[in-house]
Amino acid sequence: MLRYVLRRLWGAIPTLLVIITLAFFLIRLAPGGPFDSERPVPPEIAANLERAYHLDQPLPVQYGYYLLNVLQGDFGPSFKYKDHSVSELIAQGFPVSLQLGMLAMLLALLLGIPAGMAAALHHNRPLDHVLMAVAMTGITIPNFVMAPLLALVFGVFLQWLPVAGWGSGWQSMVLPVIALALPQVAYAARLMRASMLETLSSPHIRTAFAKGLPLRLILWRHVLKGALLPLISWLGPATAAIVTGSVVIEQIFGIPGIGRHFVQGALNRDYTLVMGVVVFYGGLIIAMNLLVDVLYGWFDPRVRYG
Amino acid sequence: MLTILRLVAFALFLYAPLSLAETVLQRGNGAEPETLDFHKSSGVPEANIQRDLFEGLVTESADGKLQPGVAESWETSADGKTYTFHLRKEVKWSDGSALTAADFVYAWRRALAPETASDYAFILWPVAGAESYSKGESKDPASIAIKAVDPHTLEVQLNAPTAYFLGMLTHHMTYPLAQAELEKFGKDWTKPGNLVSNGAYRLSEWQPQSHIKLEKNPQYRDAANVAIDTVKYIPTEDKNTELKRFRAGELDITDDIPSDQTAWVKENLPDAFRNSAYIGTYYYALNLEHPAFKDKPKLRRALSLAIDREILTEKITQSGEIPAYGWVPAVEGYTQQTMEEKSLDKAARVALAKQLYAESGYTADKPLELEILYNTSDNHKKLAVAVAAMWKQTLGVTTQLRNEEWKVYLSSRSQKQFQVIRSGWIGDYNDAYSFLGLFKSDVGEMNPSNYKNPEFDRLMKEAETQADAKLRSEAMAQAERVLLADMPIVPVYHYTTQHLVSSKVTGWVDNVMDVHPSRYLGIK
Repeated sequence: MLRYVLRRLWGAIPTLLVIITLAFFLIRLAPGGPFDSERPVPPEIAANLERAYHLDQPLPVQYGYYLLNVLQGDFGPSFKYKDHSVSELIAQGFPVSLQLGMLAMLLALLLGIPAGMAAALHHNRPLDHVLMAVAMTGITIPNFVMAPLLALVFGVFLQWLPVAGWGSGWQSMVLPVIALALPQVAYAARLMRASMLETLSSPHIRTAFAKGLPLRLILWRHVLKGALLPLISWLGPATAAIVTGSVVIEQIFGIPGIGRHFVQGALNRDYTLVMGVVVFYGGLIIAMNLLVDVLYGWFDPRVRYG
Repeated sequence: MLTILRLVAFALFLYAPLSLAETVLQRGNGAEPETLDFHKSSGVPEANIQRDLFEGLVTESADGKLQPGVAESWETSADGKTYTFHLRKEVKWSDGSALTAADFVYAWRRALAPETASDYAFILWPVAGAESYSKGESKDPASIAIKAVDPHTLEVQLNAPTAYFLGMLTHHMTYPLAQAELEKFGKDWTKPGNLVSNGAYRLSEWQPQSHIKLEKNPQYRDAANVAIDTVKYIPTEDKNTELKRFRAGELDITDDIPSDQTAWVKENLPDAFRNSAYIGTYYYALNLEHPAFKDKPKLRRALSLAIDREILTEKITQSGEIPAYGWVPAVEGYTQQTMEEKSLDKAARVALAKQLYAESGYTADKPLELEILYNTSDNHKKLAVAVAAMWKQTLGVTTQLRNEEWKVYLSSRSQKQFQVIRSGWIGDYNDAYSFLGLFKSDVGEMNPSNYKNPEFDRLMKEAETQADAKLRSEAMAQAERVLLADMPIVPVYHYTTQHLVSSKVTGWVDNVMDVHPSRYLGIK
């Protein structure tokens, strides 16, 4: 198992290098620079600015500097938010995004798995149709529509929960977590339903029913483990998607997460900030996929010996 | 049961004085501040916070007028080139140390040093020696003509009499700086716990993209009259979220309101809606390097006359904007100038526009083909569509629209890759020069039309060196008339500000500079 993990880790290095290189040159291709503004500065002052951030050097030299700094764990200063280094901004923003993402994921699983199970057990009956219709709605309504709607109803009209902000108690977390979790609840439910149906129809489950084992025992001992496998492989990309995909939610609810830095960084051509977030997320997604592979290997030994 | 009620009552009794003890003001503040280092910032969100944290030699009153700040008085030499400021003896930094004239000398030298890489350094260039030091031509900071005569007297020499100099001293680039803190903490001097300020507030918390919290500075010279204990600046790029937060009572003041909600706000929140004139002009710049406009003042005039500014402001922008027939908005000490044709009625204007268009060589069979470039925004788009329709209807001009993301737009603009571009200009200080200076031949990229007229330059030079305020103002008015006759730009409207201010906030006074220091505000 350890060799398997090490092999996967070693394989991640070139992937990360490709991500860094592509991101570095792609962002430089975007027209406009970090210091362009509606009030262009005099040329001497523009030169001072470029010198201060090494932008007066040729691009390959800048790339070399960047790689060396990243190897030392330094993402450099933010061009836009001049009082903060990129590492500081990530260190401040990531715990918030992670908390938001994990809570949303937890909610998605807590609601999605039982809903999927219930739908499968009531296959083609009214409960199944209702649950799947709700799930379909959750998937089709984008969260940039759902989020403002939730804020309007529960924040403005009912005044039960804060409209935006973060860190002022659990109340501020409720709406963004729900908004972020809703589509994932729906995915989890549909995935669980399909996988349950498949497992329920497999010969060993039919044998168990034939032997007269109680339903509860069959479900917990035999169905659940097999049915959860597709959900586990979905968990990695879904967690990465939920943590990285909170960009819209963070923007709408004014949450000081990493997603907001990414959006603002890209709009401001804050090269170092965008690079920092891309590299960080790149590493995170690789790590998540690795974790899922390990988990999968643990659930299904054929994978690690295959 | 009675015991429980008693306990609850006691708890409420204990809580009540606590909740009354501290007044907190929650202010929506647009984008996340780039930096609190006032030598490196250039935007409004930063300036709002810095205005609460710091005070310059001169400051603003609640209605935006100039009034003494750290300097209690000043004298000007007969030639208008030397200013001597007398600093208040009681002024202190928030750590209790004395603030002296040397703190201004240190700050201004840092502001101009090339290694500081300040993008607003040029605002100090009217000071003798400042420009050459800033450009790296002179290496000696002592060559900048700012001198601490004694701890409470500061002397500044200017290149020429500069009428807007005192107004300029409210700008953050001229604030004092505590040398000891900067040297101790380096670039981290702006972090909570490190930042030492001399304004009504001091920095207590900063969570990027969440909030900046300021608390009352007991060392401030006028602390006794500062009513609000804590000010929370909350960055809110999304104007719709900001509106919702205001409606939910989470914000006391908004930075702006979404333009598509103006009508709703006017109807449903009339008491909170604050709408007043702002020192800025929205305009279309015509690229004079482009063959379509080069040496064609008649055509430029025809395009300007064909626009119905009243319809644009009443039906499209709808936020009380003032139709602009001149370039400079209402500023102090200046008589607003307008296009000669403003006095004509609409039909006469249209007739004249058609005549000038025809005289420029265009007909219905051979119409002018144009392209308007604007940056991504619903408002810019709606205006461009309306302007294109007006040109089409009145003159028969065929107009294409080109929309670009902000930085792409800026890049196209600086490379002059456009025919017509939407633009806006907000004055740095309350003076006509802040607007007219944009069209001098030597201004470079800031002059989007690339307008050059020796007569305009001569009049501006006259204004720059004129010590008499009336004559200076007249020279600038003449320059604006030259500009309007040449019509390198099409002024559309003068900006207004839109805020929502809760009815519990007291002391808010609308003003043309849109400055509202927290120290003048209170909570009912």
